[in-house]
Amino acid sequence: MSSAVQLFFDAASLGGIYAMAALGIALIFGVMNLVNFAHGEYIAFCVFALIVPSTEAVAVMFLGKAPAILLIPILLAIGGAAAVASEYVVFRHMRKATPVAMMISSFALGFIIQNALLAVYGGRPKAISLWPDLNTPIALAGAQLPLLQLIVILTTLVVVCALALLLKKTRLGLEMRAAAENFTMARLLGVRANVVITGAFALSGALAAAVALIMATQTGVADVRMGGQIMLVAFIATVIGGLGSLPGAVAAGFLIGAASILLQGFLPLEVRPFRDAFLYTLVIICLLARPQGLFVPSSAKPRI
Amino acid sequence: MMGKHAQNKALAYSTPLVLIAILALFAGLVTLTGDKALARMAAETLIRVVLVVGLWIFVGNSGIVSFGHAGYMAIGAYCSAWLTLKPQMKSLFLPDLPPWLAQAEWPVLPAAIASGLLAALIALISGAAILRLSGIAASIATFAFLAIVNTVYSNWEGVTGATSSVVGLARYVDQWVALGWAAAAILAANLYANSASGLALRATREDEVAASASGINMYRHRLLSLVISGFFTGVSGALLGHSIGVLNPDSFYLGITFISLAMLVVGGIGSLSGAVVGVLGLSLLIETLVRLEHGVSIGATSVTLPSGAQEILIGIVMILVLILRPSGLMAGKDLQLPRLGKTLQQKQTTTN
Repeated sequence: MSSAVQLFFDAASLGGIYAMAALGIALIFGVMNLVNFAHGEYIAFCVFALIVPSTEAVAVMFLGKAPAILLIPILLAIGGAAAVASEYVVFRHMRKATPVAMMISSFALGFIIQNALLAVYGGRPKAISLWPDLNTPIALAGAQLPLLQLIVILTTLVVVCALALLLKKTRLGLEMRAAAENFTMARLLGVRANVVITGAFALSGALAAAVALIMATQTGVADVRMGGQIMLVAFIATVIGGLGSLPGAVAAGFLIGAASILLQGFLPLEVRPFRDAFLYTLVIICLLARPQGLFVPSSAKPRI
Repeated sequence: MMGKHAQNKALAYSTPLVLIAILALFAGLVTLTGDKALARMAAETLIRVVLVVGLWIFVGNSGIVSFGHAGYMAIGAYCSAWLTLKPQMKSLFLPDLPPWLAQAEWPVLPAAIASGLLAALIALISGAAILRLSGIAASIATFAFLAIVNTVYSNWEGVTGATSSVVGLARYVDQWVALGWAAAAILAANLYANSASGLALRATREDEVAASASGINMYRHRLLSLVISGFFTGVSGALLGHSIGVLNPDSFYLGITFISLAMLVVGGIGSLSGAVVGVLGLSLLIETLVRLEHGVSIGATSVTLPSGAQEILIGIVMILVLILRPSGLMAGKDLQLPRLGKTLQQKQTTTN
């Protein structure tokens, strides 16, 4: 019983992280058909913004010293600013480019950010301690859970609800949904393209910052390469969920988190190191079964 | 007097001659300088030509961006190591190899061909699944394939040495061996691109719906090009292993994926010449930047770039090319011999 509860919370908290990362990617894809490979590097960038720039192995907290009430909004703003800056510098000049060209340039942008971080902070992973108290386990329904897991699950729910409200109730949200449906038509009807795109990037960057805070607290490590793995999973979640579908991205994020925890728990010991290979095989099978994604918006039908 | 179409078609076959001549000139010039470091750079560049031309056979003709080719490269590189390493070394470092493989001690050329064939076989199997998808879903599936290969090779301790490197590969690949394979890859790419299957595949790249309405079986042609592409990518992996002598799963992951795609995009994804020009251009840029990172003295002042500047500058060049010249340096055109009796000013129609 207690192990089932444990598994459930593990799956929900991992899935929550994946879902938030996937939302960041799906938001931008919905608005401008850009598969943003730099998203993982926004996450790494936000983690490194917590510490003083140096190549020493022991990290000295910089922003990370601030009290949570200041730290959280500041870091969300930094994430949003980084994403908006990348839009201004790179993607604004590619409005007429093909999705493939934009995808490759975002890949290049991610590479630039990663190497800039490497140059400033050095290649060794650093130990950081951000809110270490959150990792102390508490007893709940017969299972021992770190408080952080509950916070992650709650945060994900709050973020998803807030985003849903924003999209349904505000003018910006309305314009974003219109843009995701049919960008050209939306512009003809007076949707302010640059405002919508900048807004999507700001939200996406803030989501990356939220993921960064959770990962930094959970793993206690700042590694230049930490964005790569989560970005890959987040992408897969956006594709499985149906490109451009926000609820699909969230659902698929949770699904991948659950699959990953279940494989970890039930695979025979000798093949457990190959867990990710099984996970990605499942992903390919899932894509083959439903290439258009599990939750497909009506706009995704190819028009001829 | 040939008709214009027949002439164009004949001229399309001159592209590999021009490209191979350029590469041979490059290898020859580097050899003449007698500089060891330059010769290594030339060998590496020519191996990258094999890789990027291999990648182009699929990506250039089908228009699907593949992130999975570094996986085929890893498969080829490790296959060649299994076949050529000394049996004593294999029993020490790779104890779980099946006995016939542990005893194998093949000459290098058959081993390279076998590596290509294994990569082609895996391309056939993985492609049979992945290529049922199209567009971005296919690209993401190739990414998943790359992650699968990387996970397996990083954890299969007794067969691949996992994350501890495989060492002791015979370092036989110099600029001439690499030139030979580059020439073979270019010829094969040109023959494929001008074959019926290549033309059909490029038709699907331009317009999937119109092509399938014209009776083209998209899936079959994509799979064929992926298999040929997998062969040369696998060979390039084997060559790379035998050029640096050390194998590590992470040298066939995101870094090489990025560099090979960068070369393809900078040169121009639409033509074979673009692939070759992209490799030459970016390799020269990388070499210059690496030397600048080590410090170069010009007159009394010495210039040293901070480390990491190389990767950052390459990324910037790539973005600039994508913004300013979205179809790459060659913009889909191929280098060809000039038409006999006429001047080049007559605008050459592209063969793509």
